[in-house]
Amino acid sequence: MNRYPLWKYVTVAIALVLGFIYTLPNFFGESPAVQVSSAKATLKVDQKTEARVAETLKAAGVAHDGILLDFNGVKTRFKDTDTQLKAKDILEKTFNPDASDPQYVVALNLLSASPGWLTSLHALPMYLGLDLRGGVHFLLQVDMKGALTKRLDSTSADIRTVLRDKSLRHGGVNREGDRIVIRFRDVETRDKARYAIADSQPDLQVVDAGDASEPRLVATLKPQAQQKIGEFALKQNITTLHNRINELGVAEPVIQQQGQDRIVVQLPGVQDTAKAKDILGRTATLEIRMVDDTPGALDAALAGNPPFGTELYNERGGQPLLVKKQVVLTGDRLNDAQPGFDNQTQEPAVHLNLDSAGARIFKDVTRENVGKRMAILLIEKGKGEVITAPVIRTEIGGGRVQISGRMTTAEANDTALLLRAGSLAAPMDIVEERTIGPSLGAENIKKGFHSTMWGFAAIAVFMILYYQMFGVVSVLALASNLLFLVALLSLLQATLTLPGIAAIALTLGMAIDANVLINERVREELRAGMPPQAAISEGYERAFGTILDSNITTLIAGLALLIFGSGPVRGFAVVHCLGILTSIFSSVVVSRALINLIYGRQKKLAKVAIGQVWKPGVAAGAKN
Amino acid sequence: MEFFRIKKDIPFMRHALTFNVISFVTFILAVVFLFTKGLHLSVEFTGGTLVEVKYEQAADLEKIRGALGKSGFSDYAVQNFGSSQDVMIRLPLKGEQNTSQLGETIMKALEAEAPGAALSRVEFVGPQVGKELAENGAMALLLVIVGIVIYLAFRFEWRFSVSAIIANLHDVVIILGFFAFFQWEFSLSVLAAVLAVLGYSVNESVVVFDRVRETFKKVRGLSTPEVLDHAITSTISRTIITHGSTQLMVLSMLIFGGETLYYFSLALTIGICFGIYSSVLVASPLVMWLGVSREQFVKPKKVVEGANEEGAVV
Repeated sequence: MNRYPLWKYVTVAIALVLGFIYTLPNFFGESPAVQVSSAKATLKVDQKTEARVAETLKAAGVAHDGILLDFNGVKTRFKDTDTQLKAKDILEKTFNPDASDPQYVVALNLLSASPGWLTSLHALPMYLGLDLRGGVHFLLQVDMKGALTKRLDSTSADIRTVLRDKSLRHGGVNREGDRIVIRFRDVETRDKARYAIADSQPDLQVVDAGDASEPRLVATLKPQAQQKIGEFALKQNITTLHNRINELGVAEPVIQQQGQDRIVVQLPGVQDTAKAKDILGRTATLEIRMVDDTPGALDAALAGNPPFGTELYNERGGQPLLVKKQVVLTGDRLNDAQPGFDNQTQEPAVHLNLDSAGARIFKDVTRENVGKRMAILLIEKGKGEVITAPVIRTEIGGGRVQISGRMTTAEANDTALLLRAGSLAAPMDIVEERTIGPSLGAENIKKGFHSTMWGFAAIAVFMILYYQMFGVVSVLALASNLLFLVALLSLLQATLTLPGIAAIALTLGMAIDANVLINERVREELRAGMPPQAAISEGYERAFGTILDSNITTLIAGLALLIFGSGPVRGFAVVHCLGILTSIFSSVVVSRALINLIYGRQKKLAKVAIGQVWKPGVAAGAKN
Repeated sequence: MEFFRIKKDIPFMRHALTFNVISFVTFILAVVFLFTKGLHLSVEFTGGTLVEVKYEQAADLEKIRGALGKSGFSDYAVQNFGSSQDVMIRLPLKGEQNTSQLGETIMKALEAEAPGAALSRVEFVGPQVGKELAENGAMALLLVIVGIVIYLAFRFEWRFSVSAIIANLHDVVIILGFFAFFQWEFSLSVLAAVLAVLGYSVNESVVVFDRVRETFKKVRGLSTPEVLDHAITSTISRTIITHGSTQLMVLSMLIFGGETLYYFSLALTIGICFGIYSSVLVASPLVMWLGVSREQFVKPKKVVEGANEEGAVV
């Protein structure tokens, strides 16, 4: 009765072999590497790049342990970190001759040192979380209201264009909070304008307001449009973050959406957190607006009541400046921004290149406003600063614009980088930050590993002493559980964190419960006088229901943690839930297979090594 | 080797009232501590900044405090973390502070006054995130409770599920009471430990209840307390061995896991110890008070309910 059909043994054997293969990469450790990947969407990293890396290293006389090309880029392994650092400098110089305009990302990385055949089976080591490998974690909150405001601003500009094209006179298009109010002289024009706006702006909900003496239109964004804008803003911000992080040179950045309006950024191995935060946290966008130079207006504004539709800003250098609220152009229309120098004054400058639509608007605006001043604003974290406010001397076509004025070379570089890396569709704030030093990461791995190892050893010693052969089987089953769990985590590439390691330890501690249940039940059957073979069979059968029950209640807790947990708790929950599933298989199926192999073949089994089975006196015989 | 050579069923139910009084007193104490002292919530829940630095030699906490004071910080807490070289600095949330630069500002301040510090960890949590985490934690707890009640009600009957959940919630409150009394830091990982232990110790009650049901079905002529005594006695060795094994693992974490896992494993330890106690000695009397009886398991047949125990010899 204690025999498994062949297919069951085969299943167990295959599971064990697979578990072993996928656990294997974790033992090889990691070797230092340098990764060269593309910093631009248009630039592909291919065999040519690979050959170039090889040539560069050969020319410099740097020895390497192999070059690998994958979808991430070209990765080169090195013997030690000194060689790695040397190689990085050399590659950086060769691939990015112009440091201010990097074409490639050259970053330090760690590569699994496992042999190629394992990697080709997609057997990779477990993906370590930041608390184990060191790095920075940010949680960024996207300001959706900001995105909507921005959109309304640009829509107002579009409405003006539409009205002008249709020659409909209006008394002002202004954003008031989350709506656009358009004033008209008469009802007839308003009605015409309503149709024109509704035609050209399908995202807007336009309703009449005001009476015949003061006809107005009030436009708001439709709810669907608001949602679409929110989603778009988030995507746009993620793309922008990608670009910015590329400029930082991080090997494996993680940039993901979390929930409705949050973005997680993880930069493994980054040491210079100040720089990272500076680049990420800056939400610089460019805006071009007209300056209000009406005599007296500036004085009125300084006295506290700026004229309608204008805002007071400080120019770099301290001069107050009255700027119209109406936005002519935003950073969205920017193709490229490069630092450089002014041709005439040799002042540091940023050269902008606008896209075709932007170039057309810019041409129109400059033509209509010759002699007036135009302000170029850099908006950071909701606060604007006028970088420069030059006088328009002639019409400027071709979309080439230069910003200069009281900038240092470093400022010009930074501004260009921020503008080039793309503007954020909505401002963001860091709402959570974790920085973990690399030594702390290594220490955490050590601590987690030691806890698991010693706990496992203690359980093993106890189980073997207490249950003898059945104890050995239980320990083997527990070891297979660990094997499956690690293999599964490696296979799924789930992020392993310190709470995750704690979950491995705890899961093992709880998983032994199933084997204790079985062993106790077998003992009990023996105590009741059952022959060994029957006792084993009964023990396993009867314990199964209880095992299932206990695992389900634990699983309920695990799932609740998985659903509501975030950060460290999620890492714990993932491992905990997976561990419960593997433990059912290993403690029931694997241990039974072993017991069957050991005892199942013996026809006349007189005794099993399950430790001493103490039988109480006759008077107190077991009841069932 | 066998630890448990129990000749007779141990008359646990005779002392049911005592156990319940003990539980009740501990429970009330825990609640009192929770309300008077409150939990010492970690930065994750309250929001704020936490900076961990490491010195080559033993750190001079006074100097560090001085450095922070000079840089214009207030309400900071500076303490050793694990060893005399590791220092943890906590700062509460401030309205107008530039939080994103806080870590650097602190490092600069330390560099001037108490040099030699290496930054090992910075954690900043905004107020909104903290609030959400606390809400999510409460939701998770609720989901676990509801899930387990539904499962047990489906698996047994309402008396069992109600007593099991009361018994285990009493564990949760007691763990929290410990954390409030000693002012240990209650972090997200402690919350995870509490929930994990809740799921884990419920199954202890399940094992006992399984036996109760089996005994009710199989053996005739036993009073309810006798049945409960028998069920507890026959599962006690398993209960202690499994919890002992789990505790071995937790102990190992407590010893080797370092500061980060310390409170996590501490919560587990308390949870495991009280788990044994409550699932056996709290849940079972509760089932009895709730009036479980034989006819709920076998075909209706009147049996004297809640009969007095007369030295439950089997």
